[in-house]
Amino acid sequence: MSTYRPLDYMMLDDQFSEDERMVRDAVRQWVTERYLPLAMEHFEAGTFPMEFVPEIAELGMFGPTTPTEYGGAGLNNVAYGLICQELERGDSGLRSFVSVQGSLVMYPIYAYGSEEQRRKWLPLLASGKAIGCFGLTEPDFGSNPGGMLTTAKKVGNEWVINGRKMWITNGTVSDVAVVWARTEQGVRGFLVEKDRPGFSAPEQKHKFSLRASVTSELVLEDVKVPDANRLPKGEGLKAPLGCLTQARYGIAWGGVGAALACFDEALNYAKQRIVFDKPLAGFQIPQKKFADMATQITLAQLLALRLGRLKDEGKFTPAQVSLAKRNNVAIALDVARTCRDLLGANGISLEYQVGRHMCNLESVITYEGTHDIHTLAIGQEVTGLAAFR
Amino acid sequence: MNIVACVKRVPVTEATPKIAADGKSVDASGVEYMLSFYDDLAIEEAIRTKEKLGGEVTVLTLGPSEASKELRDALAKGADKAVILKDANFGARDARATAKALAKKLQELNARVVFMGRVATDRDNAAVGAYVATLLGWSCVTDVVKLELAADTGKACRETEDGVETVEFSLPAVITCDKGLNEPRYSNLKGIMAAKKKSVDEVAFEDVANQQAVAKLEPPPARKEGRVVGQGAAAVPALIDALRNEAKVL
Ligand SMILES: Cc1cc2nc3c(=O)[nH]c(=O)nc-3n(C[C@H](O)[C@H](O)[C@H](O)COP(=O)(O)OP(=O)(O)OC[C@H]3O[C@@H](n4cnc5c(N)ncnc54)[C@H](O)[C@@H]3O)c2cc1C
Ligand SMILES: Cc1cc2nc3c(=O)[nH]c(=O)nc-3n(C[C@H](O)[C@H](O)[C@H](O)COP(=O)(O)OP(=O)(O)OC[C@H]3O[C@@H](n4cnc5c(N)ncnc54)[C@H](O)[C@@H]3O)c2cc1C
Repeated sequence: MSTYRPLDYMMLDDQFSEDERMVRDAVRQWVTERYLPLAMEHFEAGTFPMEFVPEIAELGMFGPTTPTEYGGAGLNNVAYGLICQELERGDSGLRSFVSVQGSLVMYPIYAYGSEEQRRKWLPLLASGKAIGCFGLTEPDFGSNPGGMLTTAKKVGNEWVINGRKMWITNGTVSDVAVVWARTEQGVRGFLVEKDRPGFSAPEQKHKFSLRASVTSELVLEDVKVPDANRLPKGEGLKAPLGCLTQARYGIAWGGVGAALACFDEALNYAKQRIVFDKPLAGFQIPQKKFADMATQITLAQLLALRLGRLKDEGKFTPAQVSLAKRNNVAIALDVARTCRDLLGANGISLEYQVGRHMCNLESVITYEGTHDIHTLAIGQEVTGLAAFR
Repeated sequence: MNIVACVKRVPVTEATPKIAADGKSVDASGVEYMLSFYDDLAIEEAIRTKEKLGGEVTVLTLGPSEASKELRDALAKGADKAVILKDANFGARDARATAKALAKKLQELNARVVFMGRVATDRDNAAVGAYVATLLGWSCVTDVVKLELAADTGKACRETEDGVETVEFSLPAVITCDKGLNEPRYSNLKGIMAAKKKSVDEVAFEDVANQQAVAKLEPPPARKEGRVVGQGAAAVPALIDALRNEAKVL
């Protein structure tokens, strides 16, 4: 494999601080040296490389924006975005693992949890000694989680939870699940440890996308948890949606990473591949593709960067995240498909990255709010009229 | 214990150097840089030594201000401070000039053990480590693949073509690190944040007169074009003949 030289058409490197660049470069190096050599194998086998969990933790990639007193690295949001970008350059499954742990498990515990919950779980999760998952989606309710059927009933000082969650990243390998359930007071979040009687998390098999990531069903049959396991500060559907805003922010950067990986691979390929006696890159049709992709990627980079700076200034809105997630994942999928084509038959081989990214991005464009749900969110922001129902 | 890793910023290994118009220097435009491969081992060993024996790690380079990028990485990994002996022309310094400048600074730093790479991957001299030790009158152990250090003494394995040699020595010492000594760590994110508070000092480098001057640089002769002698098993006799009589390697 030739040295990875990600596109930086508009010299955005200058826009990052020295420590932001160092964070990015450290993660990039780790992905290149440690993850990529095994990426194909795990994708093919349909497994997540659990052996990397201690290394990911040692690097500090689980919940890196969490304050240091809870085991985080205290990074800013741009640096976190760059981490997501570099991880997704490796594989969307790798970025998903880290997004779920950080944005969907550590974030709600930090934002909505009690001090005891924070002290107990955050250091365990940051150090990778515990893995978590986020259970919101159900078989019949994905885009409209407000319709969820999972319930939690208060009996004495305990909660009894019943229901089913579907498509839950890391479910089977988790020590703790953040489960969202309907109560008499509205939607609430609960920390459900894996060994609670009545809880099981069978793996969902036969995926053609995000294969190097574990996806699971969560089955909850009369699962009892103490009131101390309820997230006390998260009230209503806006609590899980607040987590999704965090995760989607990372995905907006992740999309850039996947697109950069495909672009770099296809560009190298096209410069070396001789068709009709000259390099493929020297023909007009490929050049139009590269010009279009370079433009799309550059715009996506600018969006991610601006969004990150807004987030660090405490000014960003969920509607802005919708725009960036929707655009950046869509262009990434488009870039991956175009690059796949540029590689000809080699493009369908897992020996190259493009096909793997292309398949993965079909999940990324669906989860964390489908492309069209974000279309409706942007539409609502712009027109002031909701068109969801 | 004052531990110092002496490191050098060199062009990336895959770069093909272009000779500048003056015919005696390397054209620096568009060249990317990295820390010399073996110097990463030196930094890692310095940090491990601190973790085991306590003390403070300084990374020291003779080079341009831009080397602060590589030094910051070392600080993120666990070094405590960094010093640049600022020299925009560092690529042209000979081993003697480099060693004199480093030795002087090492004395100021009150160094007790100094790690260097076995060789810098740009000029392949492998001279500076031994030179520094000689100037300081210290022990020098080169090409080390295994090391045990105590407060005043050390034991090191060096790999030679004929086998492994184990040597014992006393401190202070200069140790040059070879592949296999350790597996350098990645800088972690907390370390990167912590490095923001550490200092990279720049000190002017005093020019040493009477050093070697490069008179001329020439690229290696172009390789002769290859020749296909035939295909499949039938080509073996022709291949052996060519290797024996043309290339004269058999
Ligand atoms: C690999 C993977 C991992 C996942 N991990 C997690 C996880 O960890 N935790 C979790 O809770 N969930 C997870 N999900 C679930 C994911 O968030 C949902 O799949 C997603 O929200 C879409 O829901 P759905 O699949 O039910 O599709 P549906 O909601 O049924 O949508 C189907 C189609 O209808 C469209 N649509 C829906 N409503 C409207 C409307 N009002 N107007 C117009 N079009 C509409 C959608 O855009 C989509 O095209 C994961 C999914 C995948 C694929
Ligand atoms: C699953 C599979 C089964 C196959 N089965 C068979 C089989 O049974 N028998 C057989 O003979 N072959 C088979 N093939 C090979 C297939 O026909 C070739 O892959 C196809 O012709 C493309 O050739 P290539 O892969 O070398 O790509 P290339 O020719 O290298 O093309 C790569 C890219 O460059 C573009 N390109 C090429 N030339 C130009 C140009 N002049 N201007 C602009 N763009 C250009 C292409 O459109 C493509 O996007 C199979 C391929 C696959 C994937």
